Amino acid sequence: MAVPALEKDFSDTPWVRGDSLVVAHRLRTWYSLKRGLFSKPIYVKAVDDVSLSVSRGETLAVVGESGSGKTTLGRTLIRLLKPTGGELYFDGADISAQEESELRRWFRRRVGVVFQDPYSSLHPYHSIQFILEEPLMIHGVPGEERLERVYRALEEVKLTPPEDFLYKYPHMLSGGQRQRVAIARAVIMNPDFVVADEPVSMLDVSVRVEILNLLKQVQERHKSAFLYITHDIATAKYFSDYIAIMYAGKLVEYGPFKPVIREPSHPYTQALIEALPDPDPKNRLRQRKVAPGEPPNLANPPKGCRFHPRCPYAMDICREQEPPMVEVRPGVYAACWLLVKR
Amino acid sequence: MAIVGETGSGKSTLAKLLTRVWERNVALVDGEVYLEGVEILHMPEHQFRREVRWWKIGMVPQASMNALNPVITIGEQMIEPLLLRGVPKAEALRLAMDSLESVGLPRDTVYRYPHQLSGGMKQRVVIAMALMTRPKVLILDEPTSALDVMTQANIMNLLKELKARMKLSYIFITHDLALASELADSIAVMYAGKIAEIGSADDIYSSPAHPYTQGLMSSMPTLRIDKQLASIPGEVPSLISPPPGCRFHPRCPYYVERNLKGICDAKEPPYAELKPWSGRRHLAACWLYQEFISGR
Repeated sequence: MAVPALEKDFSDTPWVRGDSLVVAHRLRTWYSLKRGLFSKPIYVKAVDDVSLSVSRGETLAVVGESGSGKTTLGRTLIRLLKPTGGELYFDGADISAQEESELRRWFRRRVGVVFQDPYSSLHPYHSIQFILEEPLMIHGVPGEERLERVYRALEEVKLTPPEDFLYKYPHMLSGGQRQRVAIARAVIMNPDFVVADEPVSMLDVSVRVEILNLLKQVQERHKSAFLYITHDIATAKYFSDYIAIMYAGKLVEYGPFKPVIREPSHPYTQALIEALPDPDPKNRLRQRKVAPGEPPNLANPPKGCRFHPRCPYAMDICREQEPPMVEVRPGVYAACWLLVKR
Repeated sequence: MAIVGETGSGKSTLAKLLTRVWERNVALVDGEVYLEGVEILHMPEHQFRREVRWWKIGMVPQASMNALNPVITIGEQMIEPLLLRGVPKAEALRLAMDSLESVGLPRDTVYRYPHQLSGGMKQRVVIAMALMTRPKVLILDEPTSALDVMTQANIMNLLKELKARMKLSYIFITHDLALASELADSIAVMYAGKIAEIGSADDIYSSPAHPYTQGLMSSMPTLRIDKQLASIPGEVPSLISPPPGCRFHPRCPYYVERNLKGICDAKEPPYAELKPWSGRRHLAACWLYQEFISGR
């Protein structure tokens, strides 16, 4: 179910599909650090010129290290943060500058979010029933229907029988169960767009898979657009259609998941994949070819390509000019001077 | 050797036991620990402190990079134990600089404060601290768990290089089986306070024997290897009242499948010798490998 294509020109960012549910075009979210009363504010460019789109029924994985701006991007897309610049469309409507009161009227009920830490994202004094019922109350679902939907949501996330969980409090649940409650809360309004921000990184290995499978099922059932934010590409593999790699606030590579992983184009993507350990003793004591150093400070990012201080292929132009996103293979885009045909 | 287990499996407690930095409320310490043929678990504390801890066994505790004192320079924190030992300050500082250099940090890091360093650099500092006295054994408790994948890979590269250069023995504690394979010659898998399986890394990765190890392997997302993910049902048990018999039996698929009621839930399984092809020792604490069951 495509949204009528926006009457907008996205030809400068050809990987953005204008008929998607969520469209971000040259999106920017900067934080300001005021140093003194009269000094100029310093901006932390957490999301800088990022363009992407997510359609209904598909999952986009946003992958990056901490400080890459992936969480800020996720929060901006559901308007928990107001973008500093660029355009943001949801179902054809420009929401980049809409006021909260306006958003609350139509937008909030159509998006859901699962946060990283199920130990802090659920209110400790609220029962599971209240946690799940609250969004329904806020969005005016009548009382008789509410409890039924809470039951259905608990069944959907396999916290069964539901009556065993309704009166419990978060501290009585394990990490995996809490994350199930958080997922149930995110999808109870049947949202069109769900952002899951590192939903499994705090969980134990043996319960991680269940949560990943659950997210996949939920996504397939609701046919919602899904943004999966993670630092771990391996967990994204199981249900992502597209992947966007971020580095220091910039999009460095974008494309369909499998082609990008099989043949990464950007040196950063290559290093990121190389850095992932396999359960294979053949790698014992093998030195991995990964980028030395650490991501830059976003208040003062390196000039030119932000990856150049860590890049093994850095050339003069990388230190001077920012690389454009170019199409490397059909549908795969990367921002690297090595890939620009001159 | 890598010790692999989930939260609450007792792997950190085991590491603390080896360096005798156990918690205040410890009620029972039993068994024996030998280092170069000498029992160290019941050695007098003053002797342990003078001869073993930090001198023969170094340790990088979990999240220790966040335990650096923020108002004292790196150098001062590093040399403190040496000064207490009567090493002259200039000599101690030189040792600290040497140690920092060996982990890939500049020598002048000694004059820096923790807040001036990134996460990866702080982790290198705590490794340098543990190595200053040239111990033979280094215990690493989740040394990369708070770091990004790329920084993790850099630290792992460093650990691999140090191991070769300084001929170190590592006890590497992690919850990540994939990470363990980067470093370990042998692996011990812990579950609910017990070692479920122990053997050479090659044998355990190619043919995991204990149902828990098998479950861990198949629940691990991998990027390069295509496989169906399967999870282990249920939750890690509470260690206050662990399940009777084999502690894994409530989550074990074979318990139901092979109808092992009265066996797995009644008596703790002994270690079975598995005799793999490699000829190395491989033990699993599972009833499945006891003859009267494997034969039936």
